[in-house]
Amino acid sequence: MTATLRFDPIRLPPECEQLRKEVRAFLADEIAAGTFDPHRPVQEDSDNREFSRRVGARGWLGMTWPKQYGGHERSFLERYVVTEEMRVANAPVRRFFVADRQSGPVLLKYAPEHIKMDILPRICRGELCFSIGMSEPNSGSDLFAAKTKATKTDGGFLINGSKIWTTSAHIADYMIAIFRTSPPTKENRRHGLTQFLVNMKTPGIKVNPIDQITGQQEFNEVVFTDAFIPDDHMLGEIDGAWKQATSELAYERSGPERFLETYYTLTELVRAIGSNPDTRSAEGIGRLVAQLHTMRRMSVSVAGMLQAGKEPVVEASIVKDIGTVWEQQLPHRVRDLAAFVDESASNHATLEEMLDFAIKTAPKLTIQGGTTEVLRGIIARGLGLR
Amino acid sequence: MAAPHARHSLPYEMRYQTGNALTETDNIVAETAERIFADLADAQTINHDKSGAWKAPLWQALSEAGLPLSWVPEDCDGSGTSMAEGFSVLSVAGRAGAGVPLAETMLAGWLLAQAGIKSPEGMMTVAPAGPRDRLTLNADGTISGRARGIPFAKEAKHIAVIAGGSIALLDAGACKIDAGLGLGGDHSDTVQFEKVKPVAIEKAPTGVDEKALLLMGALARSLQIAGALESMLSISVQYSGERVAFEKKISKFQAVQHNLAKLAGETSAALAAASSAADAFSHGKPIDDALFLEAAAAKIRCSEAAEKGAAIAHQVHGAIGFTREHILHRYTLRALAWRDDFGSESYWAVELGRLVAKRGADELWPLVASR
Repeated sequence: MTATLRFDPIRLPPECEQLRKEVRAFLADEIAAGTFDPHRPVQEDSDNREFSRRVGARGWLGMTWPKQYGGHERSFLERYVVTEEMRVANAPVRRFFVADRQSGPVLLKYAPEHIKMDILPRICRGELCFSIGMSEPNSGSDLFAAKTKATKTDGGFLINGSKIWTTSAHIADYMIAIFRTSPPTKENRRHGLTQFLVNMKTPGIKVNPIDQITGQQEFNEVVFTDAFIPDDHMLGEIDGAWKQATSELAYERSGPERFLETYYTLTELVRAIGSNPDTRSAEGIGRLVAQLHTMRRMSVSVAGMLQAGKEPVVEASIVKDIGTVWEQQLPHRVRDLAAFVDESASNHATLEEMLDFAIKTAPKLTIQGGTTEVLRGIIARGLGLR
Repeated sequence: MAAPHARHSLPYEMRYQTGNALTETDNIVAETAERIFADLADAQTINHDKSGAWKAPLWQALSEAGLPLSWVPEDCDGSGTSMAEGFSVLSVAGRAGAGVPLAETMLAGWLLAQAGIKSPEGMMTVAPAGPRDRLTLNADGTISGRARGIPFAKEAKHIAVIAGGSIALLDAGACKIDAGLGLGGDHSDTVQFEKVKPVAIEKAPTGVDEKALLLMGALARSLQIAGALESMLSISVQYSGERVAFEKKISKFQAVQHNLAKLAGETSAALAAASSAADAFSHGKPIDDALFLEAAAAKIRCSEAAEKGAAIAHQVHGAIGFTREHILHRYTLRALAWRDDFGSESYWAVELGRLVAKRGADELWPLVASR
């Protein structure tokens, strides 16, 4: 076997526990103040600017980034704690989540200094929302089939084409997108795409919301017609986006959001079943909790490896593969176990509402951010099969 | 009872002390175990050896290296290895898939040491090994009762038991043993204790009871299952690169690749759950809800992984993997058999589910996040 799978039993360091208490207290205050209802996950996608600023003011955005850009130079494990507590509480993280997890780190690595100085502190203050422009109508999992063009012009590039399934584009201040600057070469079909920072207020950009089966409008079609992007908004190497896209994936794929998306149904099931479960309910809950605990230990292990400067690409893909399959199945298992719950249980209506939403949400979980099929391809490559 | 302080003067130990691989002290014990299994329990060789002649030299080498008594302090005639090192030996044993009572003797030594009882030489096992059996300590100091599914009882010289708040060392010859074979082909026997007079008996310290033994056993089996899954993954990947069908190596078919990726996922889950629990139990704290979660979750998740993983490994191998001649069954059947020892995944799931329900919905996340 060419790859050795490593899932060392990493524990969160003691400073994380103090932080966890602070995050829980903060979220409890927000809930008490009516900012959001933890029992209504359907609201999780709402764009809450004030909440975003308050999270930033606590120092919980850009936690791992250098202080010169407004960051806090804390560890990935501390960021992990903040992320999981927010997720479990169903806090409205929509406005800042992508910027904090993904876009900021890309800018840190590839943006010119003056852009970093301008944008990163605003992300840290919770002021900016980012979207990611990857998929196109004829390019989803096959990222390198992207056709939307960036044509060189005086002082910058003109963008023509469209992106699709772009989460949050309708509320985003910026997008980090890949556009075609050259045709692919015979030797390398991944060649020719370049990463750009796009100000969403640029003339020539039109955002068309797309209704989802959940009733939400998270994602959009974004159409570019001669939209001008200045030269200094190019990120990294021209034609070389393929070299830049992979290293961030480990962060994107292994976080707590990859198995906690439907967690609320499990909590609510435990509440509905009460303190004295029958054998079937107890066994069902026990198995789900064992699976949840295992997922989290795997995810923390990858976070620990990232903190130690390793690149656990295969392990991260495994976490997303089994994590998303698990969170997709979870509402259905909860439904099985809830079949005989007393309908007079005080939270029965809440549980039903949650299940309804989670079951509608479930199909997307194994598609967004790298489909199960793509992930298994990456794992297979790690095993030496490709 | 000869004192096998041997660990400090033996060839396998020497090899590592004179070599240049002394980078991670933690791994020396595991590396020693790995080397012994590689030298004396090569899967192909022992799979073809119908006489069982491989077993005695293997056990002798393991014993000379002090591995069966890893968890016995030196003043109880053991090796005084740390809990963590001992757990790593169990992972190696799982990867080897060899039918010797290494885990069982380690557990027995651990149990006896809790009460300060010295470990004898030779193979041992423990009882009870399931949640439904309880042994009785009679007023005259003898042990009675019945324990089912006792691994390697037929081969063991001694049985370490817990009964009525005491820990005792029994001569296996003094017990009535109804031989049976488990799924994996290893002994899984019913032991009748009819007023058996212990070789030694002491009060069990606080916190060491039937449940504690069951949890340690469950954790041991979890590590072994995870190890067996590593071997299943390894030989399945290798086989897929050798077998040709439709004019291609089957490793080139996407369906096969995805199956192997799923096997890697199940293996990873088992490794993560088992090594997390081993880490938690290495620090010698009393068993609280968090430690209970770690061990119970490990047994549940590893057992689930055994089912899914074994199915994929067999699917990849096709008919050849269904033959006795092929080594695959050494890992798949043992992993499936180990699910049943020291409480099945169904048993632990009920226990864990009850604990979670008792703590209440809002205490579930704090428990999970505390790990």
